[in-house]
Amino acid sequence: MSQIHITTTINGDETEYLCEADETLLDVLRDHLDMTGSKEGCGTGDCGACSVVVDGRLVCSCLMLAAEAEGRAIETIEGMGQGDQLHPLQQKFLEHAALQCGICTPGILVAAKNLLERNPNPSEEEVRYWLAGNLCRCTGYDKIIRAVMDTAADMRGAA
Amino acid sequence: MPKDEYQSRDFRVVGTRPIRPDGIDKVTGKARYGADISAPGMLWGAILRSPHAHARIKGIDTSKARAMKGVKAVITRADFTHQPEDADMADILDNCMAGDKARYDGHAVAAVAATSKSIARAALAAIEVDYEVLPHVTDVDEAMKPSAPVVETGRQQENVPEGYSENVTGRSQYGHGDPESGFEKADLIVERSFKTAATHQGYIEPHACLATLGSDGQGDLWVCTQGHYMVRNVCAGVLGLDAGQLRVTASEIGGGFGGKTHVWMEPTALMLARKSGKPVKLVMSRDEVFRATGPTASSSVDVKIGMTKDGTITGATASYRLQAGAYPGGIAFLSAMCGFAPYDLENVRTEGFEVMTNRPKAAAYRAPGAPMGAYPVESVIDELCQKLDLDPLETRLKNAAREGTKSSYGPTYPAIGLEATLNAAKSHPHWSAPLGPNQGRGVACGFWFNFGGDTCVSLMVNPDGTVSLSEGNPDIGGSRASMTMMAAEELGVPLDQVRTIIADTASLGQNEVTDGSRVTFAVGLATIKAARHAIQIMKERAAMTWGIDPEAVDWRDGAAHPAGPNAGKFPPMTIKEIAAIASNTGGPIAGHHEVNAEGAGVSFATHMVDTEVDPETGAVKVLRYTVFQDAGKAVHPDYVEGQFQGGAAQGIGWAINEEYIYGDDGRLQNAGFLDYRIPVASDLPMIEPVILEIPNPGHPYGVRGVGETSIVPPLAAIANSVSRAAGVRLTSLPMSPPKVLAALKAE
Repeated sequence: MSQIHITTTINGDETEYLCEADETLLDVLRDHLDMTGSKEGCGTGDCGACSVVVDGRLVCSCLMLAAEAEGRAIETIEGMGQGDQLHPLQQKFLEHAALQCGICTPGILVAAKNLLERNPNPSEEEVRYWLAGNLCRCTGYDKIIRAVMDTAADMRGAA
Repeated sequence: MPKDEYQSRDFRVVGTRPIRPDGIDKVTGKARYGADISAPGMLWGAILRSPHAHARIKGIDTSKARAMKGVKAVITRADFTHQPEDADMADILDNCMAGDKARYDGHAVAAVAATSKSIARAALAAIEVDYEVLPHVTDVDEAMKPSAPVVETGRQQENVPEGYSENVTGRSQYGHGDPESGFEKADLIVERSFKTAATHQGYIEPHACLATLGSDGQGDLWVCTQGHYMVRNVCAGVLGLDAGQLRVTASEIGGGFGGKTHVWMEPTALMLARKSGKPVKLVMSRDEVFRATGPTASSSVDVKIGMTKDGTITGATASYRLQAGAYPGGIAFLSAMCGFAPYDLENVRTEGFEVMTNRPKAAAYRAPGAPMGAYPVESVIDELCQKLDLDPLETRLKNAAREGTKSSYGPTYPAIGLEATLNAAKSHPHWSAPLGPNQGRGVACGFWFNFGGDTCVSLMVNPDGTVSLSEGNPDIGGSRASMTMMAAEELGVPLDQVRTIIADTASLGQNEVTDGSRVTFAVGLATIKAARHAIQIMKERAAMTWGIDPEAVDWRDGAAHPAGPNAGKFPPMTIKEIAAIASNTGGPIAGHHEVNAEGAGVSFATHMVDTEVDPETGAVKVLRYTVFQDAGKAVHPDYVEGQFQGGAAQGIGWAINEEYIYGDDGRLQNAGFLDYRIPVASDLPMIEPVILEIPNPGHPYGVRGVGETSIVPPLAAIANSVSRAAGVRLTSLPMSPPKVLAALKAE
């Protein structure tokens, strides 16, 4: 099977890979690039555990073909902190105990960061609807919503 | 049951809310779950599954798949040459790989290992299976009829009365007194039938493992599971291996809720690895998780309760019929034990029927059987309260079980917390908040046993005085945090001086799976005892150094202190000082504890919920939710609250949205998160957790398990809320819009 050569940018680093035509971006991140922070919970775009940002837009990486990534800028959970500095959302998720098993956490963090970049002052309802595409089965979302709201308040204060 | 374990004390670490030790890995994507590791030379496995609910397998032709480039192994049941003698083990083998027939839509019939995922998928498509389709049954009441298609003959126990299909494999009975005479004393009797749908645990991480197995019988397995010792024992039993030759390591686990207390495909991965001579990674798709791993049982229940005008329950009966899926077993007995457990009753009888159907083998799901046990009982109590114009909390308090009550399932309770939860509910502002039109408020109680079981823990004092704690239970929701806290508490050292890991099966003795809300209780108990063992050794080392009797040494604040007549004679020796000279005082210092932990304390909860019913669509919106639960002692309150909130959320899904939907062809029609819709963030309100702490007499710190009780009351609490909002009693879950609308129109 002939493979497709792709050049793209992931978390600021220029990255090249070969992929098969039917491989998703998630397949390549996880199986070729060893970036296993993005999770496959469903493979059908229903759970959001594979959430990444492509050219500023939040997408399910299981629904995007790897071959479509040519020339784009991709952000994953692996690029969220800077060195050993956690992103404020990551820190607040720890402080609020906003995770139990943690499998949905990378996708929710990526989605929440994208929300706060668009809307630094979301209402609780706006946070709930923005995160409605990210399933969590452990927490009942309560502490997640609080962590996002608290981060937003802090970041507004710091800005 | 040891009742003298608990001692009141002031805690230094327990009860605080530190950041969990595995936190940074989990917010940065570094934590490694089941599907997150690979091995050099690894192959990808894939499983072919039956599209039929019930079919004889007349033949499987794998020749085309075997001939494909990149395919390194193809297996069917014929490759599993070891036939386990144990019936349960034989059932697990048959469930992992079908023998003479496929018993449900999704039953595995063959598997491949190939050099890529796409080749593995293509190889599955090239396997030809010759099926003879058989009549099937997926409904529990239908399956009990003598005329029903039989899933398997010869599995019925002697306790099943005549007149039932062979699908009914067992019947259990509990209770005391004489309900009939009790009903005669009642002013009002309500008798109703209820149904609940099968629901899936819905963990976001699909099952995944990475297996190696050599021709010498030595193997390694990396797997997401709630119990890697169980996986080792089952795989060894199914494949005829020596357990000691198979080392199983638990990955981080992306949710389980009981669904990962079973083996679904790990023997298949090991067999593929043995046949191919390569490591094999096997990861389920979401479709496979729904079709081929166990949801909990659907249920059909009859309940009858008699009550006097003042709210005293005089007599109570319940008959529970639960489908166990395609193999014997089942959890109806747990429903029959738990349903009336919150109440102090003179006359109560329950029975449970275990019923085979052509559905996936039913699995544990958070307090297995208890939600279906409580839902009908709590619904009928609510209806009695409505009809007798009684307060539902006062009525429950009037009948509440307390210390000394003989429970409906047998034992007499020690100190328990049901009344505390009811009193907390009564005085909470939620109870008196006003309601709007089409809104209703429901309350319900729930019970879970909590387990103990086999537990083995080691605690090592390192040469620098830091502490390494090894436990054998996968950390499903923060247990490494609570074990670290209990070790630090007992040793008197700062929290950051202790690191806890989950050891593999070759590193500790047998540990029961992470189930039954047992870990914080049992592993916590073993951790405290292991710390006390290490402290005893350190006191001896200090005594040796000082030349005094070890009995004359106290341990406090992380140091040995001379006591009694020697008090003040020597400066205290800290754990670091003792550790530094350990080599000269007898060698390494380690404490350990092995126990079949008894003394688990039962747990009760009361839930309160407001809902609004849309009279035009039948849609139900949850407006406000409060959980009152006895934790015994909340070691890390954040994660106790998380268990309360998570259980309530799963209960909300079960009550309103979730159900396995089968077509007439016996195939599952909604095997995905789009059509099997678990609650999303916009479906739920904040869920307020109220922690009560009535110490468990059987634990040094008073800890009870907290993980499961929280899913027991929601089904009834929401049904009671919706019934009051809609003005009509709902008796079937889920209360989806069409069902609620039909009930409104029928009224």
